[in-house]
Amino acid sequence: MNRIDAVFNDLRKSQGKAVIPYVTCGYPSLDFTKELISVLAEAGADLIEIGVPYSDPVADGPTIQKASARALTAGITLDKIFRLVEEIRGKCQVPLIMMTYYNPIYVTGVENFIKKAAAAGVDGLIIPDLPVEEAGHLSEVAERSGLRTIFLVAPTSTSERIEKIAGISRGFIYCVSVTGVTGARKEVSEGLEDFLKRIRLRTELPLAVGFGISSPETACRAAEYADGVIVGSALIQKIEENVAGEDYSKALQEAAAFIKELKGAVDSKSAPNDL
Amino acid sequence: MEMNKAGYFGEFGGQYVPETLMPALQELEEAYEKYKEERGFKEELDYYLKNYVGRPTPLYYAQKLTDHLGGAKIYLKREDLNHTGAHKINNSLGQALLAKRMGKKRIIAETGAGQHGVATATAAALLDLECEIFMGAEDVRRQSLNVFRMELLGAKVVKVESGTRTLKDATNEALRNWVTTVENSHYIIGSVVGPHPYPTMVRNFQSVIGQEAKEQITEIEGKLPDLLIACVGGGSNAMGLFHPFKDLQEVKMLGVEAAGSGIDTGKHAASLTAGSKGVLHGALSYLLQDSDGQILPAHSVSAGLDYPGVGPEHSCFKDTERAQYQAVTDKEALEAFKLLSRLEGIIPALESSHALAAACQVAPRLEKERVIVVCLSGRGDKDVAEVSELLRGEAI
Repeated sequence: MNRIDAVFNDLRKSQGKAVIPYVTCGYPSLDFTKELISVLAEAGADLIEIGVPYSDPVADGPTIQKASARALTAGITLDKIFRLVEEIRGKCQVPLIMMTYYNPIYVTGVENFIKKAAAAGVDGLIIPDLPVEEAGHLSEVAERSGLRTIFLVAPTSTSERIEKIAGISRGFIYCVSVTGVTGARKEVSEGLEDFLKRIRLRTELPLAVGFGISSPETACRAAEYADGVIVGSALIQKIEENVAGEDYSKALQEAAAFIKELKGAVDSKSAPNDL
Repeated sequence: MEMNKAGYFGEFGGQYVPETLMPALQELEEAYEKYKEERGFKEELDYYLKNYVGRPTPLYYAQKLTDHLGGAKIYLKREDLNHTGAHKINNSLGQALLAKRMGKKRIIAETGAGQHGVATATAAALLDLECEIFMGAEDVRRQSLNVFRMELLGAKVVKVESGTRTLKDATNEALRNWVTTVENSHYIIGSVVGPHPYPTMVRNFQSVIGQEAKEQITEIEGKLPDLLIACVGGGSNAMGLFHPFKDLQEVKMLGVEAAGSGIDTGKHAASLTAGSKGVLHGALSYLLQDSDGQILPAHSVSAGLDYPGVGPEHSCFKDTERAQYQAVTDKEALEAFKLLSRLEGIIPALESSHALAAACQVAPRLEKERVIVVCLSGRGDKDVAEVSELLRGEAI
């Protein structure tokens, strides 16, 4: 079974919620990312998103933009990312999802990219600038290779579009909690509950909420109506603070502690509650 | 899986944008389809193009330039005489009128040289729309006068410090802002780039250039031109000139890209001449990138051509050979800039100077009865300070 499906099946049985950290691959270095992924998995991350740094990340806010630019300057490439995934697979079975803009896939060639990703041990793909209308071919190729293609639903998505997205998405659905770009926000948006209910009506797939998750509080609020939360910018900010002081082991420790804290918080809220 | 092939030119184009924007693109497409044929909309746009922009623009026979080159007759389509000094206003005004009908209160735009920013700020002032312009920090430096113009017109100019700090990054930032404000804002893309329906819509608003030129040249010369020449960054003035001649096979077309310091130096902006296929800013087209699909910085003396992508319909024209594309260097463009100033008393924009440089190469090789129409897309006032820096110490 695909690792993503297995994790959500288990969580469903145990009534747990997934915590899904996003890491910018190669920020601040490839070795750091390798360490980071292991410590996050140990700290309780249920799935991990590996962000492929891109020169023109239009769906990302300043935190991920900066981390991506730094990783690119440090010389990250797709081949290095695939090799990293392979190495991680040697010792750890946490589901790994590659989050990449579409152009690196297009330029590598859809078949070729998916073949490399599957061979390395990637379990799924998230492509923020590939709407369902453009995704037919890629979805088919991914499906044949056992990779899940996770599509995004936005607050602006119409019911008709949500149905289309639910029809093509595999593994889970990425629910974008705000009309905006990635970035930590203090509070979850007011309409989140209705938004998630609108999606829930139209699919049995697990729902993971991302964009704006920054703290145990926002994670809990989001997890209440979903099956998991995705945290990116807030995690990178924690790493950034320590990387600036060149304290890499502290960066790893604090990142792990943050994920552990989020996991504890969403798990405690798994049962109906009075939040 | 059903494939939606709307908005494709051959294999190029499409809608590669975050889901958040997809409903807005559909709304825009519907609104555009509804209003483009509506009488009230067309009359209002025509009214402003005539009385506010100053259309039709002249098609001027550049006799001294023609004599100097000693070959084909050169006509200049004087888009530089439009209000705000370039062809950009044709599109900005059209889209601003559309935004107004869609009930949007705020418009945003990216700008390179500042011409599109000025045109959009102008349309916003005229139509009482709130306006925010995204401009790369490097371009803010190169085009400070245009920044001041936009501010005078009531727009807020946002200096973009990310990436290469030029047009590409200004476009990224405008897209990010649109993702955040899509419910009340319309994004006026300034060229025939971006996701569908932009390349088609912008082309149609700019087609007034080619439609007028076609009528004018037929009246003056009694025949169609043999060759059309226009500069290509994103490619809106070129597509505006070319498109009305698209089905007239006897009319050849030449798009001129920026070769910067030279194609072989790697410092250029020639996506069609030296790029490869990829996705940038919502569309599949030719662009400058590395083997991993990371976008490479473009280089050109002209801020308006300093862009690593190109409109998808140009990519289609290239592959089907409906148009030819070549690139001219900064140096060649500067020579043409000086030449037209001195010979005809017209200071061209650095962008348009690329088209003129190509005309200078092509015209002498053609017989005297041949006719070339060059799109003089903008005036050069905005470039005078930059050029004076570049030519410092050189004899003019």
